[in-house]
Amino acid sequence: MTVKAELSLDGKILTISVKGRFDYAKHQEFRESYGDKELSPVIVDLKEATYLDSSALGMLLLLRDHAGGDDSDIRVVNCSLDVRNILAISNFDKLFDIS
Amino acid sequence: MPSLESLTILIAEDSAADRMLLSHIVRRQGHEVLTAANGVEAVESFLQQRPHLVLMDAMMPVMDGFEAARQIKLLAGETLVPIIFLTSLSESEALARCLEAGGDDFLAKPYNPVILAAKIKAMDRLRRLQATVLQQRDLIAKHHEYLLNEQRVAKAVFDKVAHSGCLSAPNIRYLQSPYALFNGDLLLAAFTPAGDMHVLLGDFTGHGLPAAVGAMPLAEVFYGMTAKGYGLPETLREMNAKLKRILPVDMFCCATLLCLSFQRRSVEVWNGGMPDGYLHTIATDERKPLTARHLPLGVLSPQTFDDRTEVFPMAVGDRVFLLSDGVIDTCDGDEQLFGVERLHQVFAANRQPDSLFEEIERALRDFGGEARDDVSMVEVSLLEAAQLSPPALVYSDSGQSCPLDWSASFEFRAATLKRFNPLPYLLQLLLEVHGLRAQSSALYSVLAELYSNALEHGVLGLDSSLKRDAAGFARYYLQRNERLDALQNGYVRVHLQVMPEGKGGCLIVGVEDSGSGFDVARVLERPLDGVRLSGRGINLIRQLGRNASWSDEGRSARVEFFWEALA
Repeated sequence: MTVKAELSLDGKILTISVKGRFDYAKHQEFRESYGDKELSPVIVDLKEATYLDSSALGMLLLLRDHAGGDDSDIRVVNCSLDVRNILAISNFDKLFDIS
Repeated sequence: MPSLESLTILIAEDSAADRMLLSHIVRRQGHEVLTAANGVEAVESFLQQRPHLVLMDAMMPVMDGFEAARQIKLLAGETLVPIIFLTSLSESEALARCLEAGGDDFLAKPYNPVILAAKIKAMDRLRRLQATVLQQRDLIAKHHEYLLNEQRVAKAVFDKVAHSGCLSAPNIRYLQSPYALFNGDLLLAAFTPAGDMHVLLGDFTGHGLPAAVGAMPLAEVFYGMTAKGYGLPETLREMNAKLKRILPVDMFCCATLLCLSFQRRSVEVWNGGMPDGYLHTIATDERKPLTARHLPLGVLSPQTFDDRTEVFPMAVGDRVFLLSDGVIDTCDGDEQLFGVERLHQVFAANRQPDSLFEEIERALRDFGGEARDDVSMVEVSLLEAAQLSPPALVYSDSGQSCPLDWSASFEFRAATLKRFNPLPYLLQLLLEVHGLRAQSSALYSVLAELYSNALEHGVLGLDSSLKRDAAGFARYYLQRNERLDALQNGYVRVHLQVMPEGKGGCLIVGVEDSGSGFDVARVLERPLDGVRLSGRGINLIRQLGRNASWSDEGRSARVEFFWEALA
């Protein structure tokens, strides 16, 4: 599995970790990782993600929509420099809490 | 599928007794039997009746089984017609010859009906498998051809839309794969009524048809609104709202929009999610990055969308270079990205601005990146306004209902000035007057200058001398946005008066504002030079309109346009 989902002990925080290239091939796995869980906040851990393409950005938007759109709380953490650049170019820091 | 379908089986055997025995066994197993007494008869029978399977004696007179097998295999082509050799041969070499000649199996004499039935069954399975593979291959080939054809047609339709603009203008150079559309890359360009040029380089998420689908409505909004004289902010708001409405949540369009004004010598930029573009100032050989300040189109709701643009001065010959992420995301064998650094190295090594594209392409090849078809680049340069000839607008009405004697006054107040651009409406109204159509470009330019003077210097009280240098230029537009956001009071009034005169007519345009006016005499005294960054608007109005005059301490402007009898 290259997309892993883990619930915190109190069952409130979902952490989704993506490993390797985060692109269209991960679509199904990423979608399934949160399923129909209604959680806030959601943490997307990109520590082991090497690359992000525009369909990965689309998947993040889908997750955001699922988690409540403008009211969602999604934190994208452990971004490498490359990944951070891609998120910066797209101005996704306006929608997500990126660190 | 029935496991025991009745097959037509050819038995080629020179011994009449063996032939009868075999025929009997095979018929008993439910198959139809054809017989041949030698190789020639066997080939003949195959040609005429196309049996599904052949039982072939190796040693026969006239033509032996090996040659007959070769000929039958040749005639069968891609279809698998299994051949089982009947043989009393026992040396392995002879058995190998059977297979080399195209045999699929062999059966030793004397015949064992159980083994024969099993072999026929196994061969039938193989035969069907081959038939299925062939059928699926043909189906895939057909679908593929179908898809390519669809893409050809879709592209032809789209090219009609995309190239209805001015991509062929002398100041535009671009490089794009012919099928870039199916990678979501989109390049559009068009003249505004005032002779400015709008350029869009966009990149939809994803690939294939889904990526291409959003391009059509985007192009429609771009061309429609540009032709009507809307500015970048209105066009952007409309494009964003449309894409937000029609695209699924995970689809959006990164885009850079430019408005190149040849008369004002400036470029207005909005970048949402595209890689840095570059404004290349030839005099200093500086490249200013045009960085993405916004989310892509189609992400934010109309309420939260940010249409703020940046404006930079340009000199004649300066260039704006835009590129898609296909350039910097090209990977080498080790998944290393080409990246912005390497692009900057190409910039630094570039001596001939005109060969920049080729140098970037060479750098991508040398880098060892696999060729991608989503590499799009475009470069737009600023020419003297006179070097470009925007195409004449095409009107579809007959001219029978042309209004010739009327006047109208408008007052646009603070809340309206913040978000609404009245110019396209005013222009459309005026272009109902046929005599004015020939000078629509001058008319629009003058209206635009009068309106922005009234708004920026009048209502917003901005000091045009700020625009003396590049830094001030940026500061000016920053202040403009801030003051517009905070605007509570003020108005711009527009008075239009159309009167017949002899066989032609006359239009008087008056624009008033609520500002504090300006020192008319001092501004008009300045020479009509085109080099300064500031004060170009007033000169433009005096050059393009007739009898331009200012009163009420600069708060009220008046310009006239005349036309002769129409041919």
